[in-house]
Order: sequence, then C-alpha cells, then structure tokens
Amino acid sequence: MSDAAAQTAPAATPETKPLMQRIRRKLQNNWRSIVVMVPFAWLLIFFLAPFFIVAKISLAELAIASPPFTKMIEWADSGIMTIRIVFDNFTYIFEDDLYLNTYLNSLKISTTSTFLCLLFGYPIAYAIVRSGPVAKPVLLFLIILPFWTSFLLRVYAWMGLLADQGTINNLLISLGLIDEPIRMLYTEFAVYVGIVYTYMPFMILPLYANMEKLDGSLNEAAADLGSRPTNTFFKVTLPLTLPGIIAGCLLVFIPATGEYVIPDLLGGGNVNMIGRVLYNEFSRNSDWPVAAAVAIVLLFLLVLPIMVFQYFQGKASEAS
Amino acid sequence: MTGAPTVSDTPWLDQDGQKPLVQIKGVTKKYGDVTAVDNVDLDIYQGELFCLLGGSGCGKSTLLRMLAGFESLNGGSITIDGMDMADVPAYERPTNMMFQSYALFPHMSVEKNIAFGLQQDRVPKNDIVDRVHDILTLVELQDFKKRKPQQLSGGQRQRVALARALVKQPKLLLLDEPLAALDKKLRKQTQFELANIQEKVGVTFIVVTHDQEEAMTLSSRMAVMDAGRFQQIGTPTEIYEFPDSRFVADFIGSANFFEGRVTEDSSDHVRVQTDVAEVYIDHGQSVLVGSKIWVALRPEKIQIVKTDEPVSGPNTVNGVVDDIGYLGETSIYKVALPNGQIVDVTAPNQSRPTSETPRITWEEKVAISWEPSSVMLLNA
Repeated sequence: MSDAAAQTAPAATPETKPLMQRIRRKLQNNWRSIVVMVPFAWLLIFFLAPFFIVAKISLAELAIASPPFTKMIEWADSGIMTIRIVFDNFTYIFEDDLYLNTYLNSLKISTTSTFLCLLFGYPIAYAIVRSGPVAKPVLLFLIILPFWTSFLLRVYAWMGLLADQGTINNLLISLGLIDEPIRMLYTEFAVYVGIVYTYMPFMILPLYANMEKLDGSLNEAAADLGSRPTNTFFKVTLPLTLPGIIAGCLLVFIPATGEYVIPDLLGGGNVNMIGRVLYNEFSRNSDWPVAAAVAIVLLFLLVLPIMVFQYFQGKASEAS
Repeated sequence: MTGAPTVSDTPWLDQDGQKPLVQIKGVTKKYGDVTAVDNVDLDIYQGELFCLLGGSGCGKSTLLRMLAGFESLNGGSITIDGMDMADVPAYERPTNMMFQSYALFPHMSVEKNIAFGLQQDRVPKNDIVDRVHDILTLVELQDFKKRKPQQLSGGQRQRVALARALVKQPKLLLLDEPLAALDKKLRKQTQFELANIQEKVGVTFIVVTHDQEEAMTLSSRMAVMDAGRFQQIGTPTEIYEFPDSRFVADFIGSANFFEGRVTEDSSDHVRVQTDVAEVYIDHGQSVLVGSKIWVALRPEKIQIVKTDEPVSGPNTVNGVVDDIGYLGETSIYKVALPNGQIVDVTAPNQSRPTSETPRITWEEKVAISWEPSSVMLLNA
C-alpha cells in the first residue's frame, strides 16, 4: 500500500506539469491570434450584434407592445416555430417620396459640406505644414481646441450668432449696412455653416498628416524641370495628397450625412435631413421598425463611399 | 567662328577662347546675422566639371541653390551664358539640378519622371519617347522604365535622378552631393561613371561635395570653400600639391606644419629656419627675408629610415617612432621630433613583412628626410 502510494505520487507531478506547460506554450504560440481576437470581439459585441438587432427590428411590424414591434420568432402552443419577416417597412420607405427626398437632401447637404470643408481645409492644412516651428504647434492646437468645448454648446453659440436678433445681425444693423435682419437661422445656410464649422478639423487633420510627409524638394525638383507653381500643384502636390483628401472627405461625409443635431437646431423644421426623420420615427411616432429600416438604408448609402475608398487604397498600396 | 567651338582641356587658361558660361560676381547670401556666402567671384567655362568642396555649413549648397534659382541673392550677380539670372525664376533657368535626396516623384514611373521636364517644354510626344529612351540607354536603365522609384535600388535611383536632370540638355547641370547616399564601393565606381557621362554629353557640371576624394577624382577644377568664401580655386593637382593656405593644406589630405623664419630668398630657392630643421625649398616663390612663414609637408612625401646616427643639414631630422598605424596598403608612422612635435609619415607596404625583413617598430630611432621640391610654402 505504502509502496504503491510512493510509486504513484512522483508519477502525478510529471503528468500535471506537462499540462500546465502545454497551456502556457499554447498561449505563447498563439498570443498573436489572441491579440488579434480583441478587436474582432469588440466589433462583434459593439457593432455587428447591434447591427443585427436593428436589422431584425426593420423586418418586424409595428405593434402595441413593449418594445413596440412584433417578435420575429414565435412558438405556437403546439410547439411549432414561426418566423415572421416583413419587408413592408422598406417598401414603405421607397414608396413614400418624403423618405427618398430626405435621403437625397441629406446626401446633397453632406456632399456640399464635404466639398466646402475640402475647399477651405486644404489651404489651411497646407499653410500649417508650411508654417514655422513656433507657429505650427499653436495652429494645430487651435484646430483641436474646439473639441474641448461641448459640441452642443458650440451649436447653441451659432444659434446666438445667426439669429434674427443675434450678434451678426445686430452688428450689421448697428454699422448701418442693413436695415432689416437677414434671415440666417433656420435656413439651409445655417445648416451648412454648422456642418462645415463642426467637421472642418476632421478634414484638416488627415490632410495635415498627409502633407507633413511630403518632401519639399519634390516641389523644387518640379520647378527645376520647368514646371510653373500651378502646374506643380496639379501634377505633383495634388496626386500625392490624394490619400489625405479621401480620408478627410470620408471623415466629413459619413457623419454629416446622418447628422441630427445641427439640422435640428440650426435648420429648425425647414431643413429635412435623414437623421431628423429617423429621430421622429423612433421617438415621436414610436415606429421602431420604420426607424430601423431608415437606419439600415442609410447604412448601405454610407457603405458605398467606404468601398470606393478601400478600392482606392488597394490601388495605392498596389502601386507602392 | 568656324563650326562648333572646340573645347580645350583647360578652358579656364584659354583667356581669349570663349567667355565663361557661368559668371558669379560678388555673390552674397545672408540668413539673418549669418553670412552663408560671402562676396564670392567665380568663372566657370563650358565643358568643365567643377567641384565645390567644403565642410557642412560652408555655403557650398547655398551657392548651388542660388544658381538653380531656389535662393535669392543679397548681393552680386549670377550670369549664365551671358544672361543675368536676377529676375529669372527657377522654372525658366537653363539649369537642371540633381538633388541630394534625388527628389524623384514617387507617384510616377521612371519613364514619367524623366519625361516630366520635357513635357513642361512642350516637346512633341514622339521626341519625348525617343529622348527618354536614349537617356535610359545612357544610364543603363532601359529595363526599369515602368518601375516606380520605390522599386529601385539606391544606385538605380541615383541614375534616374541623373537621367531626369540630363534629359533636358541643360547648359549647366547642378549636382548636390550626387554620390552621398551610395555605399562606399558603389560610390567609387559611380565616380568614374559620372565623369564618363559628363564627357559623353559635354554638359557643364557643378558638383557640390564634402568628400575630398570625390572632388579630386571628378573635377577638372575645384574650389575649396570655408565660411562662405573660396579658400582656393584650382585643378586637383594644384590644390593638393600647391595649397596656398594652412586651411587648404589641412583640409585636403593631411599635412605636417612647421613655423619658421625666412633666411634666404633667391629666384630658384628659399631657405626657412624652423625649430626642428633648416628647410630648403627649390621652387622660387618670393617671400620676405626675415618674415615668419608656415611650411608644410605631406606625410607620403617624407622618407623614413632606421638610424642611430645623428643627422645634420637641411631637410632632414632625427626622431623616435611614437606610434604606428597599419592600414594595409600603407603604414602611418608617428615620429616624435626633438622639440616634441609629432610628424606623420606614411610609407607604402611594398612587400609582405616577414620575420627577416628589418621593420621599423615602436620606440625605434629613425631619421626623416624630404625632397626640396616637396615642401609647400604657405602664405596664410
């Protein structure tokens, strides 16, 4: 008995030890894939799962219940499972001109705003890159500074500036330039001001990062080879800053399309953007299925430019 | 004038030949309080390969950039082929530059990089294709014309940069440290290639370099620059064998310096008494008798022999070997003279050292001597 115990005891250790070692080795060998799992898990939990929930709601029907939509999977008493999928919400969206027009209006406003951001942001980014070692960090800081104030507060500030009795109108009247206040607040103009103002840093920063890497001697080389400054800009600078332009445009275009707060506060009821419609469906009408369908269509509208971007990126990395 | 002007090997001596291609007169460049280029004058002739040699911050690159039109002048004038460049922007100058970083356009293929300059001149498409082909043949890169610069090696990029600058057939080609980015072996090989290409195309080259060996190998004439001024201008041989200042003698190669007083000055020789030995110089150069003067000796022009006997007379002195550096092809002996001065002497290792051959070793008593013609008289 004691002999047997003496024999098995030392045998147990070598068996457990390899197990621990094996686990440790497995971790060591696979740590790369484990690290990669983290972002995948993140996307799964916070992006993909909610997306499928929204997609599921968009395929349901409005019901007087809590939550206010029909269940997708129901079990009858006899134990038979029924799956209900309705596309009514989507057909409803596409049949009603209101939704189509609002989508188009959103795209129009976000495209124009993106273009305006590029128009103003490009020279600003270029000037920052070209500025001296003292001015550069100050200018960059000023670009980032607005983020330190609440976004909502800044939009309210624009309301105060643009209102009929607001700062700008009062100033112009006191200067005698106008007799009657110009209507700015609750117009499309105000929405453009708000979007361009808010999203400008998202245009400038990627452009800055891109231009900062540009070799200044390329411009000199172009000039040396007989190229005038404008030609150098279009043949050398612009093609080399294209990745920055694309990144900046996407960073402005995508959130601007779904923007809710700016059109609501600065546009009032006069500017219809899809974000407002979505909010109304969800909150005022409590029509979750239609709201979800609106969101899904919006998502596909926005996936398109991302795919275009990735196509360009793929081409760029192929070239280098 | 008959036909094409024949270019002599030494156009700068050919006073009644052509006018200089480049005339730099009193050119000055200041950055705030710092004077980068200080009132320099220089004439460069058609067909020359002229090197501007100097340490970093000596003003050589600034001068080159002023020729290219990237820097404005604070004074003086630059004339290229008879035309004042004061109001001519970089993109209209008859010059092309090869940049130190090469500055190849990363989004264009080799072919397009080279064609870029020709397109600016609105050269017809067919001509562009032909000229790009010819220049690619010259630099031996025909097979790489579709590649992007990132897909080339350092040496290939360097040749693309050269081709791009040459294809426009500029009157003047400016090269900023053209070989600095290459490794040592490739650099040596490319030095000769560059000189050959220059000879083939006949374009006047101005090369900026900090590497004296590169300047000596490449140039027909060179200028040694320091603190924004030219210290000496001449052929590589003139600069090396007849430096006229301590700075140049020390900057190009190495030299041993002795200070002395002139005791005799006649048409065919000069005697200088230094505190190590009397120096007899057999090339006449008028100096004031009794004046203080510096003389210099190149390490390879000093002979070293083993001896215990005291030596006397001019151009020879006793010493003790203080240190030896074995470099393979040569050895450097650091010889301590009676006054404590250490003199560098280099001697070629013409045979393999064996145990039988008597070798000079540490702490050995030696005598050093030199030819009267080897002594360099320095004016400053």
